[in-house]
Amino acid sequence: MNDDGSEQTQEMDQYLREDRMPHIWCPGCGIGSVLHCFLSALVKTDIDADKVCVVSGIGCTGRAAGYVHLDSFHTTHGRAIPFATGLKLANPELQVVVFSGDGDLVAIGGNHLIHAARRNIDMTIICVNNFNYGMTGGQLGPTTPLDARTATSPSGNYERPFNIPYLAAASGATYVARWTSMHVRRLEQTINEALLKRGFKFIEVIAPCPTVYGRMNRQPTGMDQMRYYQENSVIQHGADPKDVDIDLNGKIIVGKFIDIDLPTYSDLQLRVEQKAFGPEESKGEAVKKKAATAASKSK
Amino acid sequence: MARRGPLVGEFFMNGDIACAEGGISAGCRFFAGYPITPATEVAERMAARLPEVGGTFIQMEDELGSMAAILGASWAGVKSMTSTSGPGFSLMMENLGLGIMLETPCVVANIQRAGPSTGLPTLTGQGDMMQARWGSHGPYSIIALCPSSPQECYYLTIKAFNLSEQYRLPVLVMADEIVGHMSEKVVIPPPEDIPLTPRRQPTTPPGEYVPFQPDEDLVPPMANAGDGYRFHVTGLTHDERGYPVMTAAAQDKLVRRLIDKIEVNKADIIEIEEDGTEDADVIVCSYGISARVSQYAVELARGEGIKVGMLRLITVWPFPEERIRQLARQTKTFIVPEINSGQIVLEVERCAGGKAETLLLPHMGGSAHRPETILEAIRSAVK
Repeated sequence: MNDDGSEQTQEMDQYLREDRMPHIWCPGCGIGSVLHCFLSALVKTDIDADKVCVVSGIGCTGRAAGYVHLDSFHTTHGRAIPFATGLKLANPELQVVVFSGDGDLVAIGGNHLIHAARRNIDMTIICVNNFNYGMTGGQLGPTTPLDARTATSPSGNYERPFNIPYLAAASGATYVARWTSMHVRRLEQTINEALLKRGFKFIEVIAPCPTVYGRMNRQPTGMDQMRYYQENSVIQHGADPKDVDIDLNGKIIVGKFIDIDLPTYSDLQLRVEQKAFGPEESKGEAVKKKAATAASKSK
Repeated sequence: MARRGPLVGEFFMNGDIACAEGGISAGCRFFAGYPITPATEVAERMAARLPEVGGTFIQMEDELGSMAAILGASWAGVKSMTSTSGPGFSLMMENLGLGIMLETPCVVANIQRAGPSTGLPTLTGQGDMMQARWGSHGPYSIIALCPSSPQECYYLTIKAFNLSEQYRLPVLVMADEIVGHMSEKVVIPPPEDIPLTPRRQPTTPPGEYVPFQPDEDLVPPMANAGDGYRFHVTGLTHDERGYPVMTAAAQDKLVRRLIDKIEVNKADIIEIEEDGTEDADVIVCSYGISARVSQYAVELARGEGIKVGMLRLITVWPFPEERIRQLARQTKTFIVPEINSGQIVLEVERCAGGKAETLLLPHMGGSAHRPETILEAIRSAVK
């Protein structure tokens, strides 16, 4: 229902499980905005939604899979990427999107992240970074800025955080971008572009967690955090990922950092199979054909 | 290089390779694994063979990822498996639980070595039998099969795939290093002679499909990703729609069914082999390589005129408790040789319920029992 009480629906509503509403996310949380951007980006492609799989791990962001009216998998903590790898390699026709949080993808699932990036598996990763473990009550995560207070760093964090775009790029991701959940149009455009590109695509989205992170760090409402993004985000396309660290209450460099074309895992697999078995129609060729069909053009 | 397709004929191969060939014959077309002694040969064989039959092999970064990947592949509609040994089996427990909760058909072959921890990587053990039953957290039921020969590695891997499709869960092939590394004749029949259980597809159209609404045998049909059913699955406790429900009532309903779908179908699942148990004073109950040593000891004892039977567990989980209960009423002693400090013996003892004596012959691993050890135990039992 809209603010004025009307029942006007949006095109992306078809991709939401309305019977699962209300969602579990807190007021001021940024995950819903990111999910909105993903679904509106999907609507603007002509990708067959029946072929889209959304895979999540565990955590607040991990609940996203449960709200999309698509084939969707809420898996184990950290294992969304290897689960998605199995889906994609077993049926290359599928458009696989991993939608999960920073703790899930970068801490407990960090090993899978770097190896999937290295292999350049054709999938899109949407990583919502709220700088902490929200679902368990706000503990420090692999992305918590130095000095930030969390439930397990009550006097301030003394662990150096990951710069996720740098990690993804160094591991071999062929598309790396970062926005905040305030940059809805740019984020939607970036997800749209990523969905239509082949390779391992990684999008980090900085998002508010006022309930347990903001409250501990002088940004107690979603609006406070959005204002911080507005005042401190610096759009810098093509920035060197090694320079996009985020300090507590510091600048957030956003934009598209990496966009290169490299053969995917399946492309290289096909090349080796053809070398081994000759040019006859191999399974690998079928893979390529299917992938070409799946990678449709934008409307 | 030419593509070979599924093999047919008689071969001299080890248990690991036979296990991989069993997967190929069963229609496995996706394998994700991580090198580990003494199971590496299964992965190596799959790396060579899957491209020949149009399948996909991937060497993952660890066993956590391997297990997750085969679940994903299964949901894409492709039969999938992995292989491992003790340390890797421990890592797989996490996503084994997910496989049980999502009711995902797939096969895990554990070529057991001696533990705990790194233990004896190149030498045999049977110490993961209880881990196979209870290793992932929470209540559940599982199916585990124990081959005693390369031929059986082949056959039981096919059976594992059929059971996994029939009952929608990961099925474990619990071999051991000796069986995995011994080479013997393996007969591979032509494909038309190998009965395969197809996946139970939904009979209702998308929109009407209720992903976890079970058929009469308590097993729900399974849609493949990409077929338009737009289902949701979660490792959280869920209702028949697959949606999370955080109540004791939902937990009770779901977990009872996950357990009951195995328990009520036990008679169809369990396979055991008996030799001379009907009038036996003592029965040796064993599995895997220990069962072969036991069989030899039983034959030696019979040569001495002892009435001794052999009960070989091919299906270890679900445990063949009905049969052991019956046998406990007609024999005096069960002897259980196993290469651990006593795991399956606990089940035998439970089922015997004091009606027959139960004697464990433990072995901490590194080799099989000596037949003389078992023979001596048989002699003592009838004194």
